[in-house]
Parts: sequence; C-alpha cells; structure tokens
Amino acid sequence: MIISVASGKGGTGKTTVAVNLALSLPKGTVQLIDCDVEEPNSHLFLSPSIHQVASVGIPVPRIDESKCTYCGECAKVCEYHAIAVILKTVLVFDELCHGCGACPYLCPEKAISEVEREIGIVQEGSANGIPFANGVLNVGEPMASPLIRKTKEKVRKDKIVILDAPPGTACPVIETVKGSDFCLLVTEPTPFGLNDLELAVGMLEKLGIPKGVVINKADVGDRKVWDYCKSKDILVLMEIPMDRRIAESYSRGVPIVVEHPSYIQGFKDLFEKVENLYESSRRK
Amino acid sequence: MEQSEIKQLAIVSGKGGTGKTTIAAAFASLAKNKVMVDCDVDAADLHLLLQPKILTQEKYFGGRSPHVDLEKCTRCGLCTEICRFNAIDNGVVNPISCEGCGFCTHVCPEGAIVMVEAFSGDWFVSETPYGPFVHARLGIGEENSGKLVTVVRKKAMEVAQERGLELILIDGPPGIGCPVTASLTGVNLVLAITEPTLSGIHDLERILKLTEHFKIPSVVCINKFDINLGNTAKIASYCEKNGSRLIGQIPYEPKVVEALVNRKTVIDYPCNEVQGIVHRMWEEVESILLPPPSPLVGEGAGAAVQSRPDDAEVNMGTMAPDGGG
Repeated sequence: MIISVASGKGGTGKTTVAVNLALSLPKGTVQLIDCDVEEPNSHLFLSPSIHQVASVGIPVPRIDESKCTYCGECAKVCEYHAIAVILKTVLVFDELCHGCGACPYLCPEKAISEVEREIGIVQEGSANGIPFANGVLNVGEPMASPLIRKTKEKVRKDKIVILDAPPGTACPVIETVKGSDFCLLVTEPTPFGLNDLELAVGMLEKLGIPKGVVINKADVGDRKVWDYCKSKDILVLMEIPMDRRIAESYSRGVPIVVEHPSYIQGFKDLFEKVENLYESSRRK
Repeated sequence: MEQSEIKQLAIVSGKGGTGKTTIAAAFASLAKNKVMVDCDVDAADLHLLLQPKILTQEKYFGGRSPHVDLEKCTRCGLCTEICRFNAIDNGVVNPISCEGCGFCTHVCPEGAIVMVEAFSGDWFVSETPYGPFVHARLGIGEENSGKLVTVVRKKAMEVAQERGLELILIDGPPGIGCPVTASLTGVNLVLAITEPTLSGIHDLERILKLTEHFKIPSVVCINKFDINLGNTAKIASYCEKNGSRLIGQIPYEPKVVEALVNRKTVIDYPCNEVQGIVHRMWEEVESILLPPPSPLVGEGAGAAVQSRPDDAEVNMGTMAPDGGG
C-alpha cells in the first residue's frame, strides 16, 4: 500500500507525520521515501545510513554542426523554446528542456544526439530497519518532477510505502501523490491552512485518490477546518495538539514518538483508519 | 518611472510555513508607494489578509496540450511508443502525466493529433487598502506554475510603472524549483524567512545557495527564534559567514495566529513585541532598497546612488562551506 502525505500549505507537519507514522509501524513492514526533492527533510529525523547514491539526469540535445543544415525544424517542434536557430548558430537552453526526445527524432539530417544532464541524485539506505530513499535536486535546477519520478522508482510494493510530499498543489506534488492508494492531508486550523487544504482536496479529487485529514497544532486558530471537512465528508483521522515540547523536539530533529512514546499508539491508530478507509474505497 | 528605478524585494524561505506571507502582509501595511504580488500561485494566501477588490481577471494559457481526433486514430500505437512520459495510450491522453511536449503530434501517421492551448490558471489585479495587488490561482492539477509567476510579475511591473510606484513586494513560494526561480529573477533583494529547526537550517542553506547562484543579495529573519536558541545562534553565525545580514528575530507569539484568524496583519493587530520587531525589519529593508538621497550631492548623483545597492553589508562575500545538516 502506498500512502502519500501532502498538505497544500507548507510547514503543517507532513514530514512529522510521515516520519512518526513510519517509526510507529512494525519493523520490516514499512518504507519511507522523501519526494520533497527541492527541500528534503525526513533524513534529518531518521539519520539513515546511505548505501547507494545515483546521479539522475534529463537527456538534452546536442547538435552535430557538421551535419546541421540550420533548417530550424528542431526549434519549430520544441514546445519549450529550448532550442533556437539563428543564421548559422544553434543554441540549446538546457534548463528549459524537458528531455522529450522530439528534436533528435525529427531532425531531418539526424544531426541531434542526446546527452544526460544531471539534475540531482537519488539516495537509498535504511534507518532503524526502515528502508529509506530520497531525491535531492541540485540547487539551481528548476524542474523537480523528473527527479521525483526517478525517486519513486525505489518504491517497494511489498511494503507499506510512505511518501513525504512537497508543499503546494502543483506538478511536484502531483508527481508525488499520483499512483498512491491513499493521501493524508496534513493541515492546521488557520485561514491559510484551510485555504490551502481546499486546494489540495481539489487536486486529489481530480486525481481520484482517497484522502483523510490530520490536523496539526489542533488547538490554535478556529474550528473552520473541522466544519469544512464535515461539509465535504472528509474524515479527520488524527489531531496533534499545539505542544511547545513537540516544536522543541522537532527543532532538534527528534521524532515525536522517540521523545514521547505515548504518541506511538496515536500513529498506529492513524494507520489502522487509513487501512480501513482504503479497503472500503476498493470495495466501492 | 524607469523599470530600473523600481526596486523589487522577494520574500522566500526554502522551508514552507516559516512566515513568508505573514511578513509580506506586514510589509504591505508598512511600505508606501508599492505594488504587492503573490507568486505562490498554487497555494496563494496573501489575499486572505489584504482584503482585495478584484479589478481585472484574466485567464492564462501557459502551454499547449494534445488533442486526439479518435475517428482518425488507427490505434497504431506509435504515439504510445515514443512518449517518454507514459502520457498517451493509443490515442488516449492522460492529462496528469502529459508534459505538453507535442512529440506525439509530429509522429502520428494519420495527423490525428493537434496541439491546443491549455488553460493554466487565472490571474488578477486587485485594489486593497494597502495599494495595488497582483495575484493568481493556478488551475487544479495544471502545469506551468513558473510561467504563471512570470505573468504576475510582469503585470506588477506594468502597474508600478503606470502608477509611478517605486517598489514591488513579492510573496514567494516555498522550495527552490521553477516557481521560486521565476519569483527571484531580477529582484534587488531577497528576504529569507527561516525557523530555528534542523529543517529550517537545512532548507535555508539551499535557498541562499540559490540566491547566490542568481547573484542576488539576501537578508535573513529567524521566526519563532526562541523555540531553539542554540539553532538560532547557529543560523546567526552562518549568516555572518555567508554575508547575509540577519535583520530580525521574532519570538513565538500566539497573538500572531489570532491576528491571522482575524484576517489582520501583525501590524494592524496587537501582537506584543512582534509589531516593533517587524517594523524595524521593514526599516532595514527600506534603507537597503530605497536609501534616502545623500544631502551633499545633487539630485542626479543621488539617483545614481539609489540604483546601486552596493552596500558592503549585503554583498554575498565568499561562498560558505557546505553547512551540512
């Protein structure tokens, strides 16, 4: 089963939920994959030992100017304006290229080949018996999605896989949550939390992924998040109180369940509810 | 006003939830002669505090996507074979996976596939009690968030020029990917908001690496600094080594959430010390971006001084060694 943990709003507690959920499930049953390749954080709490690091690249075009007739066909087919042909010069803008392969295929002179351009790395390892993987985007690279796709190739279907998603509702989040069996949306009971939760719910509805909500810092703000969930028939599966001690352990990179083992049962219960909801959504 | 005379501040963080929008709204209340722009287009929140009245609303078509005439399709499977994103299966397009590259349109032997304009989102120009405000809403599940950011920034520049405003204040998105780079290009100063946590530190190092990559000077604010004084000290020393001036340390203050729940900025709602601290932060930012003209020189030379924020204290200096975790 693949459970993604997303939010909409940043800083609501996705990594906190993903890490503590993973640590609360029976050893050997769970895998954690950090898909927030722009700003991965879960390794800070798990301190995994990394066994393997692989470079990930996007194929980008390189022109053999001895064959090139400067016909401009490559520039014409490129939807991203990643190639420009000016008189007798061909310019390739690597950072705009999505590596779709159209220009090498369609070049009438077969003058275009592809080279791999590194955009980041995927790391694999384990922490406390939990298989772990993350992607780390090179600073300056604009595109997260191709690296997220590569990172998700590490999913082990025989495990309960927890995917820590990035904030927001745009392509990196969609790339992370798509194909997951269930998505936990972590929110906070504030106007920003609610606003972004609604956007995230819209995104999951479009993707057709069953969902449930975890409300973090549950005693701040107001009750509007609960009212919203009720109005949309979305279950609130767990509430985590606003507790300065949690904030302090978090600041030190210590998972809640390590400092306060009384929380383990709460995360176990969360998983059981997710499992039940997933099973019932499959039966529908 | 010349484009080069209009100064731009981008508020970013790396880590989500550190307080960018809270500070952006506070600056909206304090700054004069500016246009606000919310570049967090897929999770925009600034409008919740600025009470905008929408003046114009436009649809943005950021890219193109393939449309298949299934009557012409012979199910030859060539499109399926060449698509690198698993986004088309014998003429049936999966819009979630499709990256709009158009490769399929060129290979289809029946000419059954054409590219059509794809809706990316809506953008708005609004009036607020704090001045003009440009914002957007990315369509659910749509691509091209970076392009939509570029659109709202361009519009903000137009508004600033039309109205003779001297400043553009940008509420940026979290992360370091394309919506962030689109929010940063060409700005004069970055304010990075962080928190004294291992995650905050890790992510701050990456966002500051990005601003260095773009050669943009940066200043830093630590929010909720009293949660971990040791980490606050670490960040302070990192900032010093890195040449990013630390301009504010805000304590954790429950009144801030109260202000937000009441849809007020922290300047317009009593928040104990926070108001004074944010006010001082704004004064620092203002003095860097819009230094008053020197009284000793004529107007022309004064204008030249203003347009070159070569203040030694905000120069990036040498690259810091990798701070690690």
